[in-house]
Amino acid sequence: MKKPNNGRIQLPQLSRRTFVTGLAAGAVTGAAASALALPSGLRAASPRPEPRQVVQTLRGNHFDLGIDYTRVNFTGRERQATTVNGSLPAPILRWKEGQKVTLNVTNNLAHDSSIHWHGLILPTNMDGVPGLSFNGIPPGETYRYEFEVQQSGTYWYHSHSGFQEQTGLYGAIVIDPAEPDPVAYDREYVVLLSDWSDESPLEIYGHLKKESHYYNFRRRTVGDLWSDIREKGVARTFRERGMWNRMRMSDTDISDVTGYTYTYLMNGQTPDDNWTALFKRGEKVRLRFINAAAMTIFDVRIPGLKMTVVASDGQNVEPVTVDEFRIGVAETYDVIVEPADDRAYTLFTQGIDRTGFARGTLTPDLGLSAEVPAMDYAPVLTHRDMGMGHGDHGSPRDRGAPAPHTGHRPAASSGEMHGGMDHSQHGGMGSMDHSQHGDMGNMDHSQHGSMNSMDHSQHSPGSDTNYSPYGGRGNLGGMQGVWFTEDLGRAGHGSNKPIVHLPSEFAYTVDMRAEQPMDGLNDPGIGLRDHQQRHGRRVLTYGDLRNLTPTIDRREPERELQLHLTGNMHRYVWSMDGIQFNDAEPLMLKYGERIRITLVNDTMMTHPIHLHGMWSELETGDGNRIPRKHTILVQPAAKISYLVTADAYGRWAYHCHLLFHMPGMFREVRVV
Amino acid sequence: MKKIILLAVLVASGAKAQTAYHHDKHEDADIPDHVMDHEKLFTMGKLDQLEVREEDSDALKGDLWFGGNRDKLWLKGEWEREDGETENAELQALYSRAVAPFWDLQMGLRHDFRLEDGPSKNWAAIGFQGLAPYFFEVDAALFVGEGGDSAMRLEAEYELLFTQRLILSPEIELDFYGQNDPATNTGSGLSDMEAGLRLRYEITRQFAPYIGVHYEKKFGEAASFARADAESVSDTTWVIGLRAWF
Repeated sequence: MKKPNNGRIQLPQLSRRTFVTGLAAGAVTGAAASALALPSGLRAASPRPEPRQVVQTLRGNHFDLGIDYTRVNFTGRERQATTVNGSLPAPILRWKEGQKVTLNVTNNLAHDSSIHWHGLILPTNMDGVPGLSFNGIPPGETYRYEFEVQQSGTYWYHSHSGFQEQTGLYGAIVIDPAEPDPVAYDREYVVLLSDWSDESPLEIYGHLKKESHYYNFRRRTVGDLWSDIREKGVARTFRERGMWNRMRMSDTDISDVTGYTYTYLMNGQTPDDNWTALFKRGEKVRLRFINAAAMTIFDVRIPGLKMTVVASDGQNVEPVTVDEFRIGVAETYDVIVEPADDRAYTLFTQGIDRTGFARGTLTPDLGLSAEVPAMDYAPVLTHRDMGMGHGDHGSPRDRGAPAPHTGHRPAASSGEMHGGMDHSQHGGMGSMDHSQHGDMGNMDHSQHGSMNSMDHSQHSPGSDTNYSPYGGRGNLGGMQGVWFTEDLGRAGHGSNKPIVHLPSEFAYTVDMRAEQPMDGLNDPGIGLRDHQQRHGRRVLTYGDLRNLTPTIDRREPERELQLHLTGNMHRYVWSMDGIQFNDAEPLMLKYGERIRITLVNDTMMTHPIHLHGMWSELETGDGNRIPRKHTILVQPAAKISYLVTADAYGRWAYHCHLLFHMPGMFREVRVV
Repeated sequence: MKKIILLAVLVASGAKAQTAYHHDKHEDADIPDHVMDHEKLFTMGKLDQLEVREEDSDALKGDLWFGGNRDKLWLKGEWEREDGETENAELQALYSRAVAPFWDLQMGLRHDFRLEDGPSKNWAAIGFQGLAPYFFEVDAALFVGEGGDSAMRLEAEYELLFTQRLILSPEIELDFYGQNDPATNTGSGLSDMEAGLRLRYEITRQFAPYIGVHYEKKFGEAASFARADAESVSDTTWVIGLRAWF
């Protein structure tokens, strides 16, 4: 499978059951649109001599995919990408729910490779994570993936080896439902967002390790200090800066890797190339947004159009109409737009740090394009993003409204719980403690000790701070951190447990611990909090998500794991509970059990956390309509809870999907 | 004394062996085969100061480290030439271990190279390097030399950003000794101070030419030794130089 390196369309080797459609226009996936073709005139108008290829759609249930090196040119300099069938992004795979698919993946690279089917429910040996699911695909070899497609919606696939994802090894998966689709639309497009760098991923990672602010060109200057002093006076400026200075952190550290090196792509096309899709006035257009970036969280809007969110991470949700939404790395959102006018619209997807954007055009006529808006102001972190409490003492540049606390978790609930249930908890814990002491000797002591001391500062006396490292399942083994087993509260309503920082968080790996984490559910996130007031834009929050169909597993959680996302920005080291993957033992789950995971973000970055193999059922306040996701965005210094039914045996990856956080902020989840 | 040195060498070589073991797994691969199961080791070389000073003087100061998140092998070198003669040249080989979020504990050996009239000298070194509150980069080390000599060095550096690329960096270094040593022109107590103010322009993060001013002063017995040799006790010079790393 040698490929000429000219970046033109490469036809894959067709098997008898593979059909190729959508060769013409960018990532056209609907049958209605498959006849769409870009006239050659438009291509000639492109600033680049060789127009970028258009993403193919491969249909059927038997696929031959070849992983190759391909020459690409996004910036004026030719670079080597890693691709599937010579295409960046990889071909769109179109499957049908209920069918069995077979994918023969051949690795033509000089290094091991792999493909992970992101968000798919499948046996662990089909999940494509080297070291957990299988041994990877050695150079020159073919691995046969074969599994039943048990779901429908928008997903994606990518390499789980090395940093190959950064160099182009990602593509979309669209699965048509077996039953009639509850979402009505006339036309659909995949909108796959990614970030490209001419630097190799290892260079980027090395730069961050050696000088963590390497890509941040918005650090505070003498000029910023001077304007603060003029505005607020010396004393207040000194007070406000004091916290940052003592913590040795930067309030402009929004993205580790920025537009300084990244070119942001929409379906593999640069903003100048302007990926373009057609519609007819009055049509319902379904846009399947996928964030396939390595390190970039995007904020999506289409000036002039309302977007109705109909699915998140492939799963249908009750429609909610918004003007803007944030899409974390690895998340997918399906939206319906209904352009009423014969005019062009810009799909505008700016990076969370506002150092760049990807852009495309939705138009009734290929000759038209719409204005590209200016990026919004760059967010600046405030004291609340450090978990110092809810007051906003931060910079005027992001003085957003405090996150609404009108959520579905009544503030009183934790208080009510504490009172009546203390006795039963102590009883329960007493008996559990004995079994733990037997297994775990001195570890227990240190944890309980430090917990007691921390308790008082965080919670009123008498609160239920009893936890154990096993959560009542000591026989499973593994050193698992903070597990609660008593009085967990109702499914769908989140955690009522106090925040516990384990001793392992007091290590060189951790530069911050959120003492009062915010509610991450109803918060649009940094840089978006004031868009309602400032621009009148309705911004999606997780609190808006309700599953379209009733919750399947109606059980209450039996155990609750509190897991802290931790890091040290200065050293560029990332971990969970202060423990990096190399030093971590697996998280052990008992097959069939239903647990709650509460993630506490002890960093000032927004982390997309992805659990393989099982759904992350986000507790958005309605136990009957719990939305199922595969990737959960956790706001800085915030907490968020979701339920997991351990219905898949085996070893699964559980990690932050920011590529350069992954080496450390990663755990194995083992279901036995 | 020898025991301390031996211990330091053992610790340093142990660290090296440990890191080398991790490295072997992917010796010939420039990209790790799977990202999650091991730590990638890096090498960083940094020329902090490569500069020409007034009066036929030059200086070179740099670091080279190799290792992972917690353990590193760390080399620190310094070389100064004044009035056409090498005034000072030393190399430290240290095992560095992250012990706190912003601090590394470093221990190992320091070698002062033999200059035209003085002897060479070995020291055992132990110190802390890191980032203090208010973003001061600090390196504080104790040295115990052959024959029981002792010394202490404190260094601090700050960065003031005029723009994202134009950066003013004040720094100070204080050297203390436990004894008088005419051979090296060092005196008991605070012996030498160096202070600098360098304004660099980061053409890239890794390549930044600078101009600045460098000030040196000797105190106490060190000043007396200098006067006896008819050398100046304090000196201010303009410098032009380059800061670079890879």
